[in-house]
Amino acid sequence: MGTKLNNAAAGTANYVDERTSIGGFVKFFARKIFPDHWSFMLGEVALYSFIVLLISGVFLTAFFVPSMDIIHYDGTFPTMQGVEMSRAFASTLDTSFEVPGGLLMRQIHHWAALLFTASILFHMARVFFTGAFRKPREINWLIGFTLMIMSLAAGFTGYSLPDDVLSGNGLRIIDGIVKAIPIIGTYISYWLFGGEFPGEVLIPRLFTAHVLLVPALILGLIALHLFLVFLHKHTQYPGGGRTHKNVVGLPLFPVYTAKAGGFFFVVFGVIAFMGAFFTINPVWNYGPYDPSPVSAGTQPDWYILFVDGALRMMPGELWGFPFEWVIGGYTLSMNLLIPGLIMPALLFGFMAFYPWFEAWATGDRGEKHVLDRPRNAPVRTGIGVAVITFYVILVLEGSNDIVANLFHLSLNDLTIFFRFAIFILPVVAFMVTKRFCLGLQRKDRELVLHGNETGRIVRHENGEYIEVHEPLDEQARWIAVNYDDIAPSVVAPSHNDRGVERKGHKFDRFKHRLSRFYFEDRVSPVTPAELEEAQHHH
Amino acid sequence: MSQSDQSQETTEPDSFQDPGVPYHRPRLSDKDPKAAKRAERQVAAMFGISILGTVIAIWAYFGLHDMGEDVESIQQTNTVIGIGVMLAMFGIGWGAIHWAKTLMRDHEMVEERHELRSSDESRAGAIQNLKDGVEDSGIGASKEGVPRRGLLKGSLITAMLVAPLALLVPQIGNMGGDWNVGLLRHTMWKKGTRLARDPDGTPIKASDVTIGSAFHVIPEGLNEMGHGKLEAKAKAIVLMVRLDPRDLTIQPGREDWSFDGIVAYSKVCTHVGCPVALYEQQTHHLLCPCHQSTFDVSDGAKVVFGPAKRPLPQLPIAVDDEGYIIAKSDFDEPVGPSYWDRLKTPDGDLTPEEGSH
Ligand code: HEM
Ligand code: FES
Repeated sequence: MGTKLNNAAAGTANYVDERTSIGGFVKFFARKIFPDHWSFMLGEVALYSFIVLLISGVFLTAFFVPSMDIIHYDGTFPTMQGVEMSRAFASTLDTSFEVPGGLLMRQIHHWAALLFTASILFHMARVFFTGAFRKPREINWLIGFTLMIMSLAAGFTGYSLPDDVLSGNGLRIIDGIVKAIPIIGTYISYWLFGGEFPGEVLIPRLFTAHVLLVPALILGLIALHLFLVFLHKHTQYPGGGRTHKNVVGLPLFPVYTAKAGGFFFVVFGVIAFMGAFFTINPVWNYGPYDPSPVSAGTQPDWYILFVDGALRMMPGELWGFPFEWVIGGYTLSMNLLIPGLIMPALLFGFMAFYPWFEAWATGDRGEKHVLDRPRNAPVRTGIGVAVITFYVILVLEGSNDIVANLFHLSLNDLTIFFRFAIFILPVVAFMVTKRFCLGLQRKDRELVLHGNETGRIVRHENGEYIEVHEPLDEQARWIAVNYDDIAPSVVAPSHNDRGVERKGHKFDRFKHRLSRFYFEDRVSPVTPAELEEAQHHH
Repeated sequence: MSQSDQSQETTEPDSFQDPGVPYHRPRLSDKDPKAAKRAERQVAAMFGISILGTVIAIWAYFGLHDMGEDVESIQQTNTVIGIGVMLAMFGIGWGAIHWAKTLMRDHEMVEERHELRSSDESRAGAIQNLKDGVEDSGIGASKEGVPRRGLLKGSLITAMLVAPLALLVPQIGNMGGDWNVGLLRHTMWKKGTRLARDPDGTPIKASDVTIGSAFHVIPEGLNEMGHGKLEAKAKAIVLMVRLDPRDLTIQPGREDWSFDGIVAYSKVCTHVGCPVALYEQQTHHLLCPCHQSTFDVSDGAKVVFGPAKRPLPQLPIAVDDEGYIIAKSDFDEPVGPSYWDRLKTPDGDLTPEEGSH
């Protein structure tokens, strides 16, 4: 039987290959090498939760009715009998209460969405802190960044579909921000909503965006993203035998097929577990959208909290200085534009273009395939932690009612605290992180020079007690010493030998200052000579 | 601490030698055939659990699908199906990973990288091919016998640039409905409209409004609207409270907008439009739950905290012959969030006097 199966397989393979020359691809791909590290799985989590979204999303489309027509509910859920609601809301109730497994699928879909957005951010953080965005991967960083934005779009459009009170208020907030855009704001709002808020076309439009446009874009970008990963070959952490010119790891087939394939099912299993046991978005408790009621302590999905936090934090007026200006009879609401548009644009713009900024500021031009340990790039790591601090403060302010409750604080005091913290804490975080990284580098030097403490105390002939230090093994030592030790750039003199000021030297000075910002404080790796010398001392 | 204090005479290389890829450490299952056999059985068991999970999910679908009407029993059915799905997935996942970790060969392998940049020849070839193409088309510098057709280049680019408009203009034009942004200026309130309870729509008598009470208000007749009801409601919602007249600071120019301590304000937050729904009787503060803008109802609904800048617009009210509270006019300014030309009317600036016709 075995040979029969083999023959059949060979036959099929031959059939396909003669028509596609797939053999070449298989030869090329099957044993491609992938390095291994837990942090490389974050991107996989994002990919797999997206697949779960596709699967559960297709289930939901079978029952969801994207319509804002108003009906009187007559389904099985008792407390909503006769209530006026949109068909979209009613069909969400029906999916939950009348389709066996429907509630499960809604919850799986929603949990998967939360995991999707979260894993993308963690994946991005991994890429950032290890310097994986450096040449030649800058373009892929930008693709990944776009995917992150698309994930927010996917989440927000989906969250709005059930047309419940909470999501409706979310849309109203968007409407308010859009209207604040100078000159064309009201027209953009009319364009989105098909007239006045809330209108009758928004849900169908969001539906098309949610199930077609956004997923198609995400799918295309993921394909491009993964293609570039293959083309570039994965980066690797430093270690013995790993250089910028090779990749060390295990082959795609069978090891990674089994590990990564298996991991998909684990991710799916985790999401199914969440969906089975943890209620999420119980829209039947909120009720259908109505512009009038709102309950206290309502929260958007977590990935929107940072904008909500910025909106909460921004004062309408500070110490008598108003942030809404009337100029020539026209109203300019900086209290909306700063948190709603300018802050996100700056934050995202910085993230999107950081790879180019760093390459330019440090003058680093080579292909980089071995990752940085975060401690070996203290300034970059500091910047990353500062941005995260900034983001986390916004998220906390976005849930300030919960935070205030938890710690028995006054809501207003908390907001005032955050208004200061948003400027101060990121700077503090940067400085502390940078110090911490330099400290770790010094610790590495210590370890290389003097080895690990063993806890074993021995007595010398001369009566002195000393602790035995065990030298690092070759592999551990290599990791601790193998990093680039870059000195700040040197500026050419501002005036040439004839005393004429050199063109562009001011700009050079600025670049030099940036280079100093990155590399002024640094700890160089131990050299063999230093190690030799340290050993002589003992 | 930098490399500068390193002694010159050493014969040492100035950096360490790469020790190379570490040796493979054999796993238990590499050394002990019994352990390998055990791992194999574990993997098979996990795949078995997956099959069991599938059976559970399908059984729950058929066996429990007669869901009750209460939320608990519905959630139970879904939980059991979910447990099935979870096991079905976990079983395959853990099984495959365990297999890879214990039984598949795990000797690290090395693959060389190649610089991504194309070789000089292929770059030169690419450039030559493009040049040839440009010449053949006649767009670029001309080759013998091929006339240069610059006109084509310009007209093609122009055509390509404007062609999308043929699609986009109708598309975008249609999406905004009637584009009548002037609607934002007005609400359903008119002189004489009775203030009614939200949501049931019954009109409110001044005598029903005791000191300290707060009413969520809609215009009478809103509930009977068919088309456009939500749009109307989104602008017309009002919060009405009665204060002790001694607590109330009447705003200049609005002396006759309240009635015996009863004041009515738009419930649409001037920040970004959430319903400002939380009234605190002691402080007379009205709190918006969205971003916590706080308005002082006793003092013209001015902002006392939070991100909103402007006071809530006030609805001028009076009492009719039958004792019902009525509006004296529409709001004198657009309700809700700020927008660019909110203070402009088609025929000039909107002034407070004009609004209170
Ligand atoms: C691309 C990533 C996606 C994200 C982040 C996402 C996110 C969401 C979220 C948060 C909801 C609200 C769910 C709730 O609690 O009711 C939702 C609803 C929905 N999604 Fe998705 N989704 C994605 C992809 C898809 C796809 C590919 C489809 C269909 C092919 C889909 C179909 C739906 C439908 C029909 C609903 C409304 C169903 C209901 O609420 O009952 N989604 N989505
Ligand atoms: S909408 Fe009221 S505070 Fe933001």
